[in-house]
Amino acid sequence: MTGDLNRKIRKLRNNVMLSLTGVATLLVLLPLALILFYVVKEGVSAISPGFFVHLPEPPDVPGGGMANAIVGTLELLLVAVIVGVPLGIAAGIYVAEHGAEFLTKLVRFSADVLNGTPTIVTGLFIYGLVVLPMRKFSTLAGGLALAIILLPVVLRTTDEVLQTIPRSYREAALALGATRFRVLWDVVLRAARAGIMGGVLLAISRVAGETAPLLFTSFNNSYWSMWLDRPVASLTVQIFNYAIAPYDRWHAQAWAGALTLITMIIVINLGARAWLRWRTGRLA
Amino acid sequence: MSATASSLVRVEQAHWGDRVYSWALRLIAALVPLLIVAIGVELYRGSQPSRVAFGWHFLSSSAWDPVFGHFGAWPYIYGTLLTTVLALLIAAPLGVGTALFLAEMAPLWLRAPLGYLIELLAAVPSVVYGLWGIFVLAPWLQNSLEPWLTAHFGFLPFFQGAPYGVGFLAAGLILAVMTVPFIVGVAREVIAAVPVSQREAAYALSATHWDAIWDVVLPSARSGILGGIMLGMGRALGETMAVTMVIGNRPTVSASLLAPGYTLSSVIANELTEAMTQLHLSALREIGLVLFGITLVVNILARLFVWRVTRGIGKVI
Repeated sequence: MTGDLNRKIRKLRNNVMLSLTGVATLLVLLPLALILFYVVKEGVSAISPGFFVHLPEPPDVPGGGMANAIVGTLELLLVAVIVGVPLGIAAGIYVAEHGAEFLTKLVRFSADVLNGTPTIVTGLFIYGLVVLPMRKFSTLAGGLALAIILLPVVLRTTDEVLQTIPRSYREAALALGATRFRVLWDVVLRAARAGIMGGVLLAISRVAGETAPLLFTSFNNSYWSMWLDRPVASLTVQIFNYAIAPYDRWHAQAWAGALTLITMIIVINLGARAWLRWRTGRLA
Repeated sequence: MSATASSLVRVEQAHWGDRVYSWALRLIAALVPLLIVAIGVELYRGSQPSRVAFGWHFLSSSAWDPVFGHFGAWPYIYGTLLTTVLALLIAAPLGVGTALFLAEMAPLWLRAPLGYLIELLAAVPSVVYGLWGIFVLAPWLQNSLEPWLTAHFGFLPFFQGAPYGVGFLAAGLILAVMTVPFIVGVAREVIAAVPVSQREAAYALSATHWDAIWDVVLPSARSGILGGIMLGMGRALGETMAVTMVIGNRPTVSASLLAPGYTLSSVIANELTEAMTQLHLSALREIGLVLFGITLVVNILARLFVWRVTRGIGKVI
């Protein structure tokens, strides 16, 4: 009798707990649905073609857009990619291909720790290192802050992709008398290129949404800025400034900016995944 | 896996170009640990005036007066810790539950798309979370959830005072949403890494599916799950924009979750460009140093936990 009851209790507990895991999943996905819903709803009603071609306007003037901020974000990303991607790939090659045990472990570990460092701390670092000595906010400073955030992600991606390249490729090339540089350049990187590119794109989609490290490095700008040593507007900082300001018109612009930003990020992100699946056959 | 062709073939006299190339790579790789050291040194150097003026008292003092030059970090440390704990209390059970669903329960065809949606949560920019927090979450808290909490649980110290909408609770909720994908990501991997044979052994002893999960899978995945939670903790501690936008930005030390507060990261975000005095600026940089120190410890512990399970092949998230 008690054994029977015991079994019933265990069955019941099994059903309840397993259903709860499903409930947890729904609860986790609910905020995502809500956020996307509001961004699309508020964003679509606030966005217009002018948003993409006009400069910001004061809160009492209708119209206005974030054209300079969109271009500014792209400029910052460009600086970050130029600095962060080659360094990240090179360091990734080192740990995957040439590492002496200790340094390899240390570099991998440091990359993970750097990846977890709050981005506002990275901003403070660049503030002390670049902004204060130059005595001004600049595109360069913002781009460098983003580069530091990009670097560890690119490093670990490169590391992982290189480890999937069969050892026999390298051995074959070495056996033909190729130098180590040639092995890497002509054989390994050629095989890993598509995977690394996909990883870099994923990393860019992450960095594109950063705000905190830009607040006091690239600062903001109401106008176009095409110089490395001038402050520059970015979508994220502009959204932040508009969101905390007390003007409805600016709030609407912030939603439009959020829609633009999130679309950009999802497109890059999905694009990178599709590319990876197509070129490497790996499920990304 | 890192042992590659290079360790098999020891070329005694390397080509000169190869030597240049491998030294260049080594230098660049060494840059990564150096960066971490440099960040610490820079923040330490930059906070010198504040450290000299306040010493260790900086950590325990609640004064924050830019005009008279008194600075203490306690309300910010308190806010950071409280919001992080709150976030993890919500995110950890939900995250582990979701990971179990993805790894054990969901039909195979559903797993990849669900996993992608969870990752999308991590891809949403912080400032967009903040925007949503200001205009959707905070008003809802102020008008619905918080009055309900005070009416039914007002006798608890956590739910007292006027409902502002913005405050510790709002920040904790947003942080929970933002940290969940990190917990799910790691937990899912370590749960999937538990050998099938162990589950089968449990089933053979007439365990139900849940018994097998509770008594076999979760215990072997424990250290990895803890690592995942600590990774999420690192994120929550340092998260800036969304928190700044919903926490109310008032340096209060209050047991009530409904009260507005402040965090280490938000005070840097709000005040750095407006700091007029050298002392104020250095106090903010010391706040950065404190934040860096806390997250460094948490991250190192998290990596040690996760690495022990995945043996260093853990992917970057």
